[in-house]
Amino acid sequence: MTLNPLELIVAAMLGVAVLLGLLRLIFGPTAPDRIVSADTISVIITAGLTGLAAWFGSALYLDVALIYGILAFVGVVALARTIEGGRQ
Amino acid sequence: MRLLADLFLLIGAAFALLGALGLLRMPDTYNRIQAGTKAVTLGALSFILGIGLLYPEWWAKLLVIAGFILFTNPVGSSSIARAIHLAGIQPWQRASSDPLALKAPQEDKSA
Amino acid sequence: MDNISREPPLTLPHYLFIFATVYLLWLLLVGELSRQELILGGLVSLVVTLVSAPHLLIFGGVKLRIDAPLHLLRYLGYFFVALIRANLDMARRILSPSLPINPCMVEVETGLCSTLGRLMLANSITLTPGTLSVDVQENRILVHWVDASPGVDLEAATREIAAGFERHLGGFLR
Repeated sequence: MTLNPLELIVAAMLGVAVLLGLLRLIFGPTAPDRIVSADTISVIITAGLTGLAAWFGSALYLDVALIYGILAFVGVVALARTIEGGRQ
Repeated sequence: MRLLADLFLLIGAAFALLGALGLLRMPDTYNRIQAGTKAVTLGALSFILGIGLLYPEWWAKLLVIAGFILFTNPVGSSSIARAIHLAGIQPWQRASSDPLALKAPQEDKSA
Repeated sequence: MDNISREPPLTLPHYLFIFATVYLLWLLLVGELSRQELILGGLVSLVVTLVSAPHLLIFGGVKLRIDAPLHLLRYLGYFFVALIRANLDMARRILSPSLPINPCMVEVETGLCSTLGRLMLANSITLTPGTLSVDVQENRILVHWVDASPGVDLEAATREIAAGFERHLGGFLR
């Protein structure tokens, strides 16, 4: 599938969104902020991977997106439990 | 059909961009979670709907991905919110909002 | 996590429900309805159900009634409207230069007694306009509001949001 100009703009917007998220990931300032931005970026990338599947016309990338989403979710919850610092 | 799909893709990317922008603009972690979760969830769903209109034969797997995002994204966000709540972080407050507030206004450290 | 162990043990209809859920997930992932996929999926779903159901006590929160799917559809409709409103509201806040936010914390009580019910309610609250569920303790949900305008009774507003979702969730969750 070839991209028309509108879809190129869409791809660029997703890229900018990930970059903005990366700014928050780099400049923190606290650990929870970084985890939130990692969570946000991972969801954007999960959606972006389905877009990649459409671009390449291969359903294989849908499985990649699904597994990526699952691993990102598990990672975010594990990180959140880590900074929680023990149960109440 | 392609035009409608492009419209949904555009809406999705716009909300993803809004979510990332909110992540940068909001003053404290709770509000960043709010901006990040809501806007990006709807953005991802709209984007996946657009892909589904382009490739209707993929609907089953796209439905699984969309349902997964819809179900797990709030859970992940709430678990981060709970973690910082248990760590004793109070929500940011506008200094002039309520002079009688019991909680001391917390300064934004990201400036 | 101590409130999970107080879930009642699963009954046979719940086993069937878990089996149906796993089977449906298998079919969605495979994406075709050939005979060998149907048979293999049935076998795998049966094994997965028998092995994992004792650990899936959270499914005990599902009410298996004949009108449950209707309530589920009504809940989804209500939920998506709330989600879209939440996003337009959030977009307005993010894009306005003055950043009109005024956060505070409110507690709300829920009448749903199962873990799954509370989970879904907390999820729904997270995705509605201006609210984020922070913590669930027993039957109380701690909610973070993005905009606590002076003069608005937030307790009542939160209760209203929770009640709206509970009315729909109560149809298919305990």
